[in-house]
Amino acid sequence: MNDQYKSAAMERAPVIEPGHTFGTVTEKISAIVLTRPASNGWFIGFGLMFMLTMMMLFAIGYLFLKGVGIWGVTIPIGWGFAIVNFVWWIGIGHAGTLISAILLLLRQSWRNSINRFAEAMTLFAVACAGIFPAIHVGRPWLVYWFFPIPNTMQVWPQFRSPLMWDVFAVSTYATISALFWFIGLIPDLATLRDRTDNPALKIVYGMLSFGWRGSARHWRRYETAYLLLAGLATPLVLSVHTVVSFDFAVGIVPGWHTTIFPPYFVAGAIYSGFAMVLMLAIPIRKIYGLEDFITERHLQNSAKVMLATGLIVAYGYAVEAFMGWYGGDRYDAFTLWNRLHGPYAIPYWSLLICNIFIPQVLWIRRIRTSPVALFFVSGVILVGMWLERFVIVVISLSRDFLTSSWGMYYPTRWDWMTYVGTIGMFLMLMFLFLRVLPAISIFEMRTLLPEAEVKE
Amino acid sequence: MAQRDPIYGIMAEFDSATALVEAARKTYAAGYKKIDAYSPFPIEGLAEEIGMDHDEVPLVVLIGGIIGGVSGYVMQYWMSAVDYPMNIGGKPYHSWPAFIVITFEMTILFAGISAVFGMLALNGLPMPYHPVFNVPRFSSASKDRFFLIVFSADKKYDPAGTRKFFEALAPRSISEVPS
Repeated sequence: MNDQYKSAAMERAPVIEPGHTFGTVTEKISAIVLTRPASNGWFIGFGLMFMLTMMMLFAIGYLFLKGVGIWGVTIPIGWGFAIVNFVWWIGIGHAGTLISAILLLLRQSWRNSINRFAEAMTLFAVACAGIFPAIHVGRPWLVYWFFPIPNTMQVWPQFRSPLMWDVFAVSTYATISALFWFIGLIPDLATLRDRTDNPALKIVYGMLSFGWRGSARHWRRYETAYLLLAGLATPLVLSVHTVVSFDFAVGIVPGWHTTIFPPYFVAGAIYSGFAMVLMLAIPIRKIYGLEDFITERHLQNSAKVMLATGLIVAYGYAVEAFMGWYGGDRYDAFTLWNRLHGPYAIPYWSLLICNIFIPQVLWIRRIRTSPVALFFVSGVILVGMWLERFVIVVISLSRDFLTSSWGMYYPTRWDWMTYVGTIGMFLMLMFLFLRVLPAISIFEMRTLLPEAEVKE
Repeated sequence: MAQRDPIYGIMAEFDSATALVEAARKTYAAGYKKIDAYSPFPIEGLAEEIGMDHDEVPLVVLIGGIIGGVSGYVMQYWMSAVDYPMNIGGKPYHSWPAFIVITFEMTILFAGISAVFGMLALNGLPMPYHPVFNVPRFSSASKDRFFLIVFSADKKYDPAGTRKFFEALAPRSISEVPS
């Protein structure tokens, strides 16, 4: 028994492959930005994503010209793709904050090699999410009414509405994520400033690093601020998807009005976020040769987080179904029947397959250690989580209390162009990020090396 | 304007975090008080070794958080109950439970902004130019080398004596920092 434990512990993959020093870690990560020429693959990938971004801008431009009538939204389904995509993107962002803040507080040092690009992922996902509420309001030039800014009507926003809470939650989240990401970058920007031979880049990185010089006094305040920011971001990230779920749960529409929404929205957010982290990390580590820093351990741990949060999500579905049957409310019972057998049964069953059944393969160790298998399972989960939001938004609205107000929702090509376009924008920003900023936190990687330990 | 000392300080370079911590401790114990240490990553306890006994960042964050929370709540109260009261679904003008979410978000927002900008301000950043950058070897302070400096403003500082003291610590190199 004892030997079994020992061998299991020894088999556990390291966070950094042995043999690295301060110098090699620094050189390897900064070389991606400073010396490695951009490959044809990078230009092709970036170019394609740039074109998708342009397509999105075209779709939004046409929307501004014609109005939301070009989308599939109608009464009774006034929320459609815009809200589905908004919730999906915000959820994806959550894994970045979980990795950078919650795992920091829990002293999970393996996070140090993936927190930087996970935080970048958060920022870009929140940027994609932020587009949707702004463009679906119908009169986007009045979008500043979201904020408590004095206007000519002298009316203030309605603070009793969850939609207002959402405005504050999401804008706070975007601000704090950007700050967290930026202060993490300061010491690494100083490293790039000192490593580059290009005088123009030296000035750019020097200015961006604020003249960081690594003084012990500065480090101490820096560490305090970083830790406090992590402590603040932890309740924040849990609150953001909770508030997003309030947008639904505070309403009385059958299928929305449940208390299980906040916890299962948060779990679902982390679920889809880790799937996105893996879908990005697996190709990045391969292409840029970062297998020494993003090891099998990271893949395994992320897979385990997905498995755990996936089971919470499954529990949420089960409780929803149980309450529909047991709760005694005929409208809730009908919503359950409608999901299983109604006109949107295919999305609902696909959601169960993508989010509950297929991810159970993660119990198998061989799947958790295989990058290719993980990549595909993550893709399935991302599709599943998008379907979940589609099911929640569309099915409940399509058939509520009165049969006379039932309707169907069919997305148009403009809906799809906007949605696919935000994926393009997200990946385009990711491509740019990889080339201009260190994708792995260099100074936090240094602290993981054995030589960083102070021997008394 | 007072004449500035042409020498900003004297700097020793070390190979490891352990050597830096030891050297910092000895230098502080020898009576040098205006000193600083530079490392490529945070070293726990190093700031204490060179005489930094407290850190004001938590207080700044606390004050920021309180200001954020109070202003968030007062803003909602004033807008919904004082400036333009509106009856929405028969709910009270001062619907305090509904105001909690935004109060919470504003607390986090202000506390987070104070943490980042408070830390930068206390550190005197941004400061793109600093005399220590005049030492060519200092560029490895952001990679794999550790530095200790005694400022010329220190009472005990004397060019020859301090250099001699540093030599006894067996550093990798010693350089004078022009200001």
